[in-house]
Amino acid sequence: MKDKKPIKDGTIRVDYLARVEGEGSLYVKVKNGKVADLQFRIFEPPRFFEAFLRGRNFREVPDITARICGICPIAYQMSSSQALERALGVRITGPLRDLRRLIYCGEWIESHVLHVYMLHAPDFFGYPSAVHMAKDHPDAVVRALRMKKLGNDLMTVIGGREIHPVNVTVGGFYRAPKKRELTPLLDELHWARTAAVDTVRLVAGLNFPDLDVDYEFVALSHPDEYAITDGRLVSNRGLDIDVAEYEEHFEELHEEHSHALRSAIKGRGNYAVGPLARFNLNFEKLGTMEKDLARDVGCVPPVTNPFKSIVVRSLETLHAINESIRLIETYEEPERSMMTVVPKAGTGCGCTEAPRGICWHRYSVDATGVIQNAKIVPPTAQNQKTMESDLRAFVEKHIELPKGELTWRCEQAIRNYDPCISCATHFLKLHLEVCP
Amino acid sequence: MAKKGKPKLAVWKFASCDGCQLSLLDCEDELLAVVGALEIANFPEASREVTKGPYDLSLVEGSITTAHDAERIHQVRRVSKVLVTIGACATSGGIQALRNFQDVKRYVPLVYAHPEYIETLNKSTAIADHVKVDFELRGCPISKKQLIEVLSAFLIGRKPVLPNYSVCMECKRRGTVCVMVAAGIPCMGPVTQAGCGAICPSYYRGCYGCFGPKELPNTESLSTWWKRLGRADADIVQAFRSFNAYADAFRKESEAHER
Repeated sequence: MKDKKPIKDGTIRVDYLARVEGEGSLYVKVKNGKVADLQFRIFEPPRFFEAFLRGRNFREVPDITARICGICPIAYQMSSSQALERALGVRITGPLRDLRRLIYCGEWIESHVLHVYMLHAPDFFGYPSAVHMAKDHPDAVVRALRMKKLGNDLMTVIGGREIHPVNVTVGGFYRAPKKRELTPLLDELHWARTAAVDTVRLVAGLNFPDLDVDYEFVALSHPDEYAITDGRLVSNRGLDIDVAEYEEHFEELHEEHSHALRSAIKGRGNYAVGPLARFNLNFEKLGTMEKDLARDVGCVPPVTNPFKSIVVRSLETLHAINESIRLIETYEEPERSMMTVVPKAGTGCGCTEAPRGICWHRYSVDATGVIQNAKIVPPTAQNQKTMESDLRAFVEKHIELPKGELTWRCEQAIRNYDPCISCATHFLKLHLEVCP
Repeated sequence: MAKKGKPKLAVWKFASCDGCQLSLLDCEDELLAVVGALEIANFPEASREVTKGPYDLSLVEGSITTAHDAERIHQVRRVSKVLVTIGACATSGGIQALRNFQDVKRYVPLVYAHPEYIETLNKSTAIADHVKVDFELRGCPISKKQLIEVLSAFLIGRKPVLPNYSVCMECKRRGTVCVMVAAGIPCMGPVTQAGCGAICPSYYRGCYGCFGPKELPNTESLSTWWKRLGRADADIVQAFRSFNAYADAFRKESEAHER
């Protein structure tokens, strides 16, 4: 019955966070109604991608980095391809660039719908999972599965399969899809457009726990479109840089209770990436339909309550669907599926908008195209400090809640960021414990 | 919420990318039927509700890379009646098994600023190296179709029917022209187990071995063919050293070309 009472002195522990990708835990120590200690701990074992990328051929990099994350492999393939193209002096334009945006839209749809309905919505509706939710809300769950499948189908048609697609390479694609392979998806996309509008209306009517935070938001920004595949890095506090300047402005810290490095803006501290950042910084670049709907449901910038990310994710899903329709309708098969890429020594940076936020990569290659070093900064590592500061603010504001409910709300506050813990953990440098 | 008598399903994660367990949620057309036939008793990626074991069927994703996980897999085995490993990490150590080929000393300069915060073993190993495994599902990622076959077979109480022949058979069946013979593109298909549906050659690239070695693969012969196509020993080492690098047949072939 302890869980029914508020905590004055004591701890909140969640040893294995559910409905996130990967292994993390939460520990909050409360003393005299104040947070004395708070740790969002990542115990997912490190896998050392940056170490073993060294010595591999540049062609292999998109295949290997995809394996950092089964939920957003395209983000890793796109950021690594872009970085290597910059290193090798290749620029992707025209239909090849459109195809990249299209497969990325597929990943956004798949990942966002998974998160909105299966990972996040159950918190708002009070169910342990979407499977439990399906009993009382079968229509919503069936709709979610159909939308998610469409995102997967887009990735499969262009990429060969939805998890770890095989078709993306440095310079373009191994094979460009025929127009007739893409157009059959249009009917389902038109259905999904309506489904996405219904989704926005459904989640906009939820009860949002009270929390407003003065964030520094960081996202890509592009003059002509809602940035996904490329752009400049901007923030609401004046940052405006080329992605190659990232390391001059950001740093990574390694703290004891976590297997992930956490990022900070030099001299300013934590910042937020992901749907809220993109929406607040790039709202004007959304389509008329998304903007009108956002105004209609009362979700317009600045959105500073992280629990409302579920609404923004749904609006972004609608945008990804509308973009997919546009890109398929205007698609013209390219003459060549892949640009000629000649190995030469160089260094390049790449950055794209993973569903969870910017995913930044840097590689150096030698004259034969062999990777000399690699650095990868995934979105969840960048959000980690912000997730902790949200939790601290939330616990102090809602300390009167019964412990059981407060614990659940804390989990929900972490899920606001759709954290991908598998990603966040991939990139530690190697330390080996030598076993006999 | 469990109806009495429904078999209890658990999904466990070790070092991995989450993609193989996501494959279960990606079975959009079958998911509601699956949860109708099985009780999702322990699947943290999908539900915060955990029902106590023992579990009738455990799906295990990921490889063993820490001392803690080497202990934990024994606990998982103890509470599982049937244990099925899913994916290349669980069946061969995965891409993170590339560390297994490195001389530890060479990595010392790469040690992180605070190595004392990190615990890891010097090898990434398959689940079957630690506990008895009842069935292995290959792939990076696994095939949804094969996953549904394993679940159906489990529910009926029969052995899953999965191919152990090579990707070449799947290419022939889908009518893909051989990229190696017709276009001189090096391909791992002849030594790689079928299961993906021969995706890569249909996208005009060579297979890169996601499903690991087929039964009795003639890796030596394939290497000879790769050399005829102008590939050096170093290229052959890398081709065998990817997502199933520590699977026996692939490991041996890569080592044979190392010096």
